[in-house]
This record gives sequence, structure tokens and C-alpha cells, in this order.
Amino acid sequence: MTTRLFGERVQRLEDERLLRGQGRYTDDLGNGALECAFVRSPFAHARIHSINATAARALPGVVAVYTAADVPFGDLDLPLLIPHPQLTHPRTQKCLASSIVRYAGEAVAFVVAESRYLAEDAADLVEVEYEPLPAVVTPERSAKAENLVHADVPANSAADVTQAVGDVDSALARASHRLRRRLRLERSAAQPLEARAVWARWDAVEGRLTVYDSTQSPTSIRGGLAVLFGLPETSVEVIAPDVGGGFGPKIMLFNPDELLVPYAAMKLGRPVKWTEDRREHFTAVTHERAQVHEVDFGFDDGGKLLALDVDFIHDAGAYTPYGLILPIITAAQLPGPYRVPNYRVRFRDLYTNCTPTSPYRGAGRPHGCFVIERVMDAIAAELGLDRAEVRRRNLLQPGDFPYSVGTMWQDGGMAVYDSGDYPELLRLALERLGPKPEGDNIGLGLAMYVEGTGVGPYEGAHVQVLVSGKVVASTGIPTQGQGHATVFAQVVADELGVSVEDVTVTSGDTRRFPWGVGTFASRGAVMSGNAMANAARAVAEKAKRVAAEHLEADAADLELAGGEVRVKGSPGRSLPLAVVSILSNPLRYAFGGGDEIATQFQPRPRPGPPLAEGEEPGLEATGYYSPSPGSTWAGGCHAAYLRVDPKTYRLEFLKYVVAHDCGRVINPMILEGQIQGGVAQGIAGSFYERLLYDEEGQLRNASFMEFLMPYATEIPDVEMVHLETPSPLNPLGIKGAGEAGTIPVAAMLASAIEDALGVRIDEMPLNPNRLFELTR
Amino acid sequence: MIVNGIERPEASDPRRLLSDYLRHDLGLTGTHVGCEHGVCGCCTILFDGRPVRSCLLLAVQARGHELATVEGLAQPEAPMHPVQQAFKECHGLQCGFCTPGFLMATVAFLREFPDPSDAEIADAIAGNLCRCTGYANIRRSVRRAAELSRQA
Repeated sequence: MTTRLFGERVQRLEDERLLRGQGRYTDDLGNGALECAFVRSPFAHARIHSINATAARALPGVVAVYTAADVPFGDLDLPLLIPHPQLTHPRTQKCLASSIVRYAGEAVAFVVAESRYLAEDAADLVEVEYEPLPAVVTPERSAKAENLVHADVPANSAADVTQAVGDVDSALARASHRLRRRLRLERSAAQPLEARAVWARWDAVEGRLTVYDSTQSPTSIRGGLAVLFGLPETSVEVIAPDVGGGFGPKIMLFNPDELLVPYAAMKLGRPVKWTEDRREHFTAVTHERAQVHEVDFGFDDGGKLLALDVDFIHDAGAYTPYGLILPIITAAQLPGPYRVPNYRVRFRDLYTNCTPTSPYRGAGRPHGCFVIERVMDAIAAELGLDRAEVRRRNLLQPGDFPYSVGTMWQDGGMAVYDSGDYPELLRLALERLGPKPEGDNIGLGLAMYVEGTGVGPYEGAHVQVLVSGKVVASTGIPTQGQGHATVFAQVVADELGVSVEDVTVTSGDTRRFPWGVGTFASRGAVMSGNAMANAARAVAEKAKRVAAEHLEADAADLELAGGEVRVKGSPGRSLPLAVVSILSNPLRYAFGGGDEIATQFQPRPRPGPPLAEGEEPGLEATGYYSPSPGSTWAGGCHAAYLRVDPKTYRLEFLKYVVAHDCGRVINPMILEGQIQGGVAQGIAGSFYERLLYDEEGQLRNASFMEFLMPYATEIPDVEMVHLETPSPLNPLGIKGAGEAGTIPVAAMLASAIEDALGVRIDEMPLNPNRLFELTR
Repeated sequence: MIVNGIERPEASDPRRLLSDYLRHDLGLTGTHVGCEHGVCGCCTILFDGRPVRSCLLLAVQARGHELATVEGLAQPEAPMHPVQQAFKECHGLQCGFCTPGFLMATVAFLREFPDPSDAEIADAIAGNLCRCTGYANIRRSVRRAAELSRQA
């Protein structure tokens, strides 16, 4: 294989369209469709006594108002996406609530009108009589179970799971030092700048449903809609066009609109579109992050961690459609890059009257990282040792792989790290960071992380050389800005010996590729990247077989390069890929463009049927990649110098370094963009953003005026060092990088602020007021 | 009103937002709507040459004014505007949703500050949110756009 493009800083192929204002986000499409608005619960917990939509239905321009009673799936529990044997009390919401609501923002009625303006007018006219019930807001209050979120779920507990490695109790008892910490992370939200949107059309003649959805998983939406509506899956098409950021919540599926918009389109026989507004996005789209950890740990005089006992509660919100994935991830990879010989972790997944949770960039990993890194800093502080040295003494070594943590991973198998070099990552980060600058209130922050990436079950890809010689490639997973159109083109172009501009990638369109899972868990490059390579290699092999006949050569002596199939070492003997593509499809009719060479009266080099035994027409192939249970494991180290202003408690980053290892790098420019963006989201979630619920379960800061997202003035330039330890688990050696930048930031900031101010940090996020309080 | 140099009819509905008018009545969907309360900057357009939030204006308020949207920066067949070119060269966009707002803010900024300092650049784009890039490449893009504009 040539390596001309893999590893190069290829500029993005998707950019020009986006820069010229020619993007195709869902709300850009479907002009003239009916538009919709939701009636949502203003209460966190309430019984519904009545819903009266008479006035709303009477408003001119209103086409339909749906309550649970008006739709056939009104009483259906939405799917439990990830069932798990230890999820003993799963609960999912109804598409539209009819008897009880369990979070502010839960959908109650759905209005379809000639315009969004009219739909909102009508939504205001829907009268809902609520009887408020006591709201359970924080995970700590949920654990006390003074009130229940679901009357039939005792102790508000969806699951209570314990795992243990070694003998924690006796190791703790024997340890010469023992400390306890209570570490708390608050709720936050991803907030992609494009909120969600769905546009659906029903073709009654063909019986075909076409849905455009700002989702991270169109293939799953298609599968689900087919099941829920009883349609053949071949009659459902789902397209994620340009998606304006995802970061996790758009992987959550069967939001009520994803059923109601297609249903309305079918029922009313007209295209229907719903576009979420920002206020809805704050309460109706899944959150993450709230977890409280009780940590008990023992270590020896040299700073070696001997035993770690963690008991944590996860704030699930009102329902558990996404199963136990978040606490499972925290529990599984909490030990991070360190050897923890005795480890016990218990978690309880607790219901609250808040918006449900599902993965948000990092997905349970920032929590685990925060815990273990706080433990490392606590050991250093207790023993008066250097923080880097304590880490060095506990790190796994390059010879330790594959390394089993001894915990259950999110794919049902065990958490087994495949490869890496953690001591080198620490060394590289500190080397680049350099000496501490002079000055007061400057802290060194340090945090290391691992990230289980590239989980299965599989992804696939289709690659085809057109008769023009241009290449089209498609995969089921959509892009939300990660540069799929470029990196997959790089992979395919290398395999086919063409230029990257000759490859057009479509992702997230089930009409082009109907199989696959979705874009999440930093898995796109690992899963679809390898699937693309497999498909493209099959195309290359086929090109050689077809060309071999016409070049009178052995296929094994051919290579693909420069847009041609050629005999190695004989530059004159070659066929353009365009010609090979034409020849791969025996023709009766010629259409021009040189395809007469494939028609039946042309001399053929080979006797027998025009289409050789076992061969299919067309220069195309489909490829898949499906790993054995188990992930690739990326890793890294963040190190920074941070100055805390002693008067304002604002943060000033003097230097921020990331040393990271995500296996082989397809495109360093795009990778660095992912890391920088991840760090920014980490800083945002550690010092600026938080979701503030009051005691009644009202989200008090559901706008960008009060949920403070950082601007260009708050986020520093991150310096990066790449280390490549190829994953042995996949042909391309890729690990995945989308979420890595975010994971250790909270831990690193805690470490830096502790060092700068000399106060202990046990919580995230922080802010200037909180730092002021902590230093009093 | 004039939009990208073309005379356009007035909005028929007095409560139509300017952003909705541009997107859905004129089909200029390059202007995006991220928050509808004037914070994110995705809907930034030029209003008589100055950057404004089109989600905070009613379409009728644009009567008699001259507007420019991202679609007007370069004709479809022409090379991209230097600011667009700079964002491409510097990987200044990922999902692309916030990008038109940044482009319009940058165009207006560079007219006033053709040779800006790093601090001026950060300040100039600190009215626009980006959730993907972490801003470093956007700051680089603006710096590069200034270079390209001076060369042009």
C-alpha cells in the first residue's frame, strides 16, 4: 500500500461548500413544509388531569394537534436502546405524556401548522391541567429516596452494580496510608450550535418514507422507524445531511419528534418539518456529567496505589433509554493508565426529575479520570512527593499490554487496554511544557487519561469507481464536523491510487449505505476508516482482475497508481481506472464516453461468459469492519501552567500542552482540530458551564445568556505532541480521537488550581465565585 | 431592501424575523440560527456594512437598508473571498454551522482593522460562539485573512 495521503495534512474537501453558505443542514431543507411546535411540561413532576386542545385546533392555520390519545403510539414506551441484565428497573418515556410528567420539558402535545409562528401560537392555546408532585432534583436527594420519581422503582435506583478486582478490604486495611475523598461533578450539556431538527416526506405512491434528521445515527433511526411504524425497512430512508455539531446527545434516539414528524407527514400527506429552538434544546435534549463519588484509597510509603474503593451515584434523570452506558464507562476505565491491583467499584444509577442523560463528549470518562487523578495528587500531597513522580510509579508499562482492568466494558466484554506507552506520554508532555514561569498564583496542572474508543459492533462502507474514473464512497455513520469527507477519501485514495479530490464521500445517508450504527465513542475513524480500507482494497483487487485480462498480465503483477492500473515496472502497460470501470460491466449498448470497448462485438481477451464466473458487474465493493468485543485504547497527558487572578479569580492559561496517542494518524490537521476543540469543551465544562436546577426541578439557566459558553477570548492555543503506538486490533492501526481532548481537562484544572491557590479541589465545575469561597 | 446587491420585496408578515425572512423567504440559508436570542452570532449579517444579529431584527426593520449575507461574499463560480479562503487554509471550521457568522464578523472587522493584533482579533470574534474548533484555528484564520486581504 502506498502512504501518500494517509498521515498528510490534506485540506478539507467539505469546506468550500460550507464556506460559501451552501451547507445543507436539516432546517435549510424542506421549505414549504408544515411546521411544528411542542407543548412541554413546565413542571418537573406532575400528574396530568386533562389536556384540552380545542382552542388550538380552532386557530386558523393549524393543521393538527396531537396528544397521546391522538396517535397510535401515544401509550407506547419509547425503546430501551441498550438493555442490560443489571439494569433492573429501566424506564423510558412515552412519546407524549398523558398521565404524568417527570421532567420540565417533557413533551405533552404536538402542533402542526402552516408556519412555525402559527404552531407556537397554537401551542400556547393548549390547556393542560397539572397537579404538581414533589420533585427529586440532585442525585444525593434521589439516594435518600424521600420521594420517588417512578412510584414502582424502589429507592429511585435503576441499577446497583458492584465489581471488584483483588481484595480491596484487606489491601486497604494493610496499607500504610489511607485517605478518603468525596468528589462531585455537576450536570452539564453539549449544546451543539445547531439544535435538533427533523423533516419528513411521505411518498404515498411508492409507500416510501424519507426523513432528514440532525442525528448521529440515521441507520438506527431507519431501523427503529421501520419497527415502530410497521414499514418494510427498505421503504424507509433516513438522511443526516450536514449536522451542526453533535457531541453525543444527537446519538440519543427516538426523541418524540423523530416519531411525530414522520407520523404527521404520513397522516397529513404533506412534508412536515420541526426545528428545535434553543430553549427546548436545553430541557428536551439529554444532558450528562452529574455524578458523586465516595473514594477510599490506600497506598504505600513510596506512593504506590494499593487499593481503591469507589462508590458512586449517577444522576440518570427521569428515564434510562440509553441504559447504563455512562456509569459503566466510568466504572470500567476509572483506574486510567495506572495499575490498581485491588479495585472495587459500586455504582447506583439514580432517577431524578431532570432531563434524562446520555453520552456527552467524554461520556463518563471525565468523571473516572477526575477521580483517579485527584487520587494521584492526593497521594503526592500526603507524602510530599512530586506529582509527576507519583504518576510515574503507578503507570502501566509498555510491556503490560494487553492489560485487563478486570472490569466490564460497554460492549459487554471486559475492559482490556490494547496498546500504548503511558510513561512516554508523561515525559513528552512535561518536556514540551518546560520550566514553570516566574510569578505568583501560577499552578502546574497535570492529568493523564485513557479512552476506550472504536467500540463495535461494526461499520461498513461501499466504494465504487465510476465510468468517469471518479470514485464515490459511502458509509452509514454521519459527520458532525469531524471531516469524514476528507479522511475517508484519504484512506480510499491511497488504496486506489487516485488523488483525494477524485473521491467523493457520502456519510449518513441510508439510501447510499443502509447498514451501520452511528458516530459516537470516538469510533468513526476506527470503524468506518477500516471498513473503507477493506472496501477499497476489494475494489483494487477487482480492478486488477479485470485489467489483467486486457493487459495480458498476471493480476499479482499489477498495481494501482496515478489513476491507472499498471504492470509494475512497465510504465507503458496500463489502463486508466475509468477504462477498467467500463470493462468491468459487459455492455450490449454503448452510450458514448468510450464505453463501446465493453460491448459484445468487441474482441474479448478471455473465452467464456462476458461476466466471469463468480464476478459481479461494476467496479465496486462493500467492506465491513467488526472488532472482537473490546476497544482500541487511546491515551494521553495534559499539562498546563495556569495563573489564577488573585482579585477576579479568572483563569489565564500561560501554556497548555497535550501529548496524546490515538494510534496511526490519518490527518494531523483534522486530529489537532479535534483535540483543540475537545480541550475547549473541557475548559468550558470545568469553569464556565453548568446546568442550574432549582429545588423544584426548574432549569434556571436555559439560555446562552446564562449558560456561559466561552468565546475566543477564554480558550488558549493548545500545543500538541503526537505519539503513535498503532493499535494491533485493526488493519489501519487507528485508535480514535474525537472525545480525547475533553476527558482530562477537569482533572488537569483541579490539579493546577490546587497548585496555584493551595486549596483542595473536590468538585467540578468551578467558577470565580466558587474559588473565592474556597479560598476564604 | 437590497440583499447582496439585489432589490428584494418586503416581508409580508410584520412579525417575521429577519433571519427567517432571509432563510425561508429568500432561500439564503447560509445565514444560520443557533439561539434566537442574540448570543451565538451564527445569524450575523452585514446591515449597511455593520455586523448585526439577524435573529434580533424584524424583517420589516430592514426596509430601505442594504444587507449582505455569506452568499454574497463570492459569486458561485468565482474564487472564494479572502476570508473564506483563509478559513479553509487554516482549518477554521469543523461542522460549519457557526462559520457564516464568523465570516461576516471578520469581513467587517478587517475593513476597519486591516492589520490587527492578536488581542484585537480575539476581541473581534468574541461575539460569536463556536462549539467545535476551540477557536485557535479561527484566530489563525482571521490573521491569515488579514494577510490575504492586504495582498488582494
